[in-house]
Amino acid sequence: MTIIHEMDRSNPNAIEARNMSVYYGSFRAVKNVNLAIEKNRITALIGPSGCGKSTVLRSFNRMNDLVASARVEGEILFHGENIYAPGVDPVNVRRRIGMVFQKPNPFPKSIYENVAYGPRINGWKLSKSQMDELVERSLRGAALWDEVKDKLNQNGLSLSGGQQQRLCIARALAVEPEVILMDEPCSALDPISTLKIEELMFELRQNYTIIIVTHNMQQASRASDYTAFFLMDSDRAGQLIEYGPTSQIFQNPKDERTEQYISGRFG
Amino acid sequence: MAVTDLRKPINPVRAIGERIIQIALLLAAAVSIFTTAGIVFSLIFETIAFFSEVSIIEFLTDTEWTPLFANQRFGIWPLVSATVLTSAIAMVVAVPLGLIAAIFLSEFANDRVRRTVKPLLEILAGIPTVVYGYFALTFLTPLLRNFIPTLSIFNSLSAGLIMGVMLIPIVASLSEDALSAVPNSLREAAYGLGSTRFEVAVHVILPAAISGVIASIVLAFSRAVGETMIVAIAAGQNPRLTFDPTVPVMTMTSYIVQVSLGDTPYGSLSYHTLYAVGFTLFLFTFVLNIFSYWMVRKFREVYD
Repeated sequence: MTIIHEMDRSNPNAIEARNMSVYYGSFRAVKNVNLAIEKNRITALIGPSGCGKSTVLRSFNRMNDLVASARVEGEILFHGENIYAPGVDPVNVRRRIGMVFQKPNPFPKSIYENVAYGPRINGWKLSKSQMDELVERSLRGAALWDEVKDKLNQNGLSLSGGQQQRLCIARALAVEPEVILMDEPCSALDPISTLKIEELMFELRQNYTIIIVTHNMQQASRASDYTAFFLMDSDRAGQLIEYGPTSQIFQNPKDERTEQYISGRFG
Repeated sequence: MAVTDLRKPINPVRAIGERIIQIALLLAAAVSIFTTAGIVFSLIFETIAFFSEVSIIEFLTDTEWTPLFANQRFGIWPLVSATVLTSAIAMVVAVPLGLIAAIFLSEFANDRVRRTVKPLLEILAGIPTVVYGYFALTFLTPLLRNFIPTLSIFNSLSAGLIMGVMLIPIVASLSEDALSAVPNSLREAAYGLGSTRFEVAVHVILPAAISGVIASIVLAFSRAVGETMIVAIAAGQNPRLTFDPTVPVMTMTSYIVQVSLGDTPYGSLSYHTLYAVGFTLFLFTFVLNIFSYWMVRKFREVYD
């Protein structure tokens, strides 16, 4: 098994995709993506439905491995190591690159057990008080502690949708990942819960690198540092059209298609 | 033109046809309800007749069951112990193997393997139990005697083991359904936290599906309690209060077979014992069902 090196401080990028293509069977869903994700920043992946942005996101922690027909070509570098190199264990990749999903999906367990799950399966030897501390720290990190501290033994599914999503974020934080992938995390939430998650992302940015897929352009423009715009090519494969600082993509896009998309002419 | 009469059917024949179909459907539903009620009532009446001759205290405290002998004794425990013993042996086989098969099919096997293996497994459930019974008697028992020389020809060990094999598809198939019904979002959540396949299956999917899994186990246990041919053929016809799996015993169902095959006169006391034993069997499965209902509610992890 390849050992992924300790944090390399000189490298400003958390994840780098090099000439990456993703196939489902013989269908190429994403082609030739080159994308460097900067550390401790929020990068938004935007584009119309079917442009491959979720596929790209899921390739970053090998979640696509769960689809039997999926195959990735090219390289995705994490600490200089290709996570698709032979011998790399996807379990190790996912322990360091966490994920939050479109629909809140807490386990049907207590709030406490939801957060403690990751550290437990990782085999962390924690005393009861250390685990209590970790659960509290994670829930605080997800801005949920004050709302649930008196009912940690209640089922996670008894919470509201927005709280459930923050519980899922707390659950991801508990295993102390470096990167958090968010796949349209607010699409099932009301505006107030959405705002809370966006505020939370800004806090988390100090310690984590965040990559978020969103179909909500306002969200991308107000809640991200960098934006990558994807579009389906004539062969139905998604490709990266433009990538840069969010302010530049939204105010001064270089590509005509980006300009058309962000001004709402299609998509 | 005259006002249309809304009460007059457009097509009288069609209206009558509709009515007939409704009644036919109702009758079909009623048949099963009345049959069930009829069975329960006849069980109860004949059981009351039995207890007017034999005291319920003797039934529950005597340790001998000899209603067909000159010296009649009516202690139910020898039959109950044999039923519990054979069923327990069967569950020791069926639950682990069935669950492992279910977890493999649901969480590890790919689609093609699942589509091939599951029907094959269900064929096991289609083998007539009389075949299982003779398999236990003529194959397994001689085989086991190589290892346990004191094993009797008729014994609860091989009957129970073979019954367990028969029950594997029930546990496996129903548990697999319950495991597969757990939404994929939970699998993704667990994998996203860096779980291995095994951790996902055991720590997330199995607990989420536990109510269905328990239901499959209880159903298998009910089948074991009520199973007749295998135990009648392979476990023996000797009512005795023991938990030794190597000696011949007589289960409740074996006793019913024995009496039904013999020349027991209608209305006699030994005839009534049939119903008393049948009623005990009925109580067993009834209590099991209530127990499973309670377990399912207690352990259910509700998703969505």
